Amino acid sequence: MRFDWRARNHPAWWAFLVHRLSGLALALFLPLHFWALGQALQGEVALDGFLRWTDQPLVKVSEWGIVVLLAAHAAGGLRLLALEMLPWRDWQKTLLALAAGITVAAGLALALAL
Amino acid sequence: MSPRGEAGLWIAQRASAAVLALCVLVHIVVMIYAVRGGLSAAEILGRTRGNAGWAVFYSLFVLAVAVHAPIGLRAIAIEWLGWRGRSLGIFVHLFAALLLMMGLRAVWAVCA
Repeated sequence: MRFDWRARNHPAWWAFLVHRLSGLALALFLPLHFWALGQALQGEVALDGFLRWTDQPLVKVSEWGIVVLLAAHAAGGLRLLALEMLPWRDWQKTLLALAAGITVAAGLALALAL
Repeated sequence: MSPRGEAGLWIAQRASAAVLALCVLVHIVVMIYAVRGGLSAAEILGRTRGNAGWAVFYSLFVLAVAVHAPIGLRAIAIEWLGWRGRSLGIFVHLFAALLLMMGLRAVWAVCA
């Protein structure tokens, strides 16, 4: 099949790609996240030791990035559920804009709290 | 996989997504609240240890994601890698088991 960007360069295709790549990243991140929380089994000191490691700027930025991906995946997922489960409306781009807005809002709120 | 099996996965993916939508919303709000002033083990464990409500919430969260993520990875493996058949089924089930075990272990670690 010939790869034709004209067929792909539209908002719904980009929404699909963001949803897929964010989902992939989150799936790979989850085992690390669970392992990190499991440090608490060795006690509060072990978990604190890990949390101090996460204070590094690069780790902080990565954490922020993964939360933004989580917000993007959740907002994009709500969009898909609305498209599939609710009666059809001519609102596809409104949903896309809403999903993007939720993602940006979550990212900004976390950036301000960090 | 049979059309019936595919339909079952489709429903499981959407049902788990609906649960996750609620869980992720709570998770993001708690995260934004918790990171103010930096994270500490005492603060996290003070919130979660011995709290049955958080234990139930995070267990449900883990269960939903252990259903949702492997089905999503399966779709990516089929569409982008052309991976099909028995070996893919084994991989997907192993990944689900890994998420479920590691996730429930993490819930136990912070809530028990």
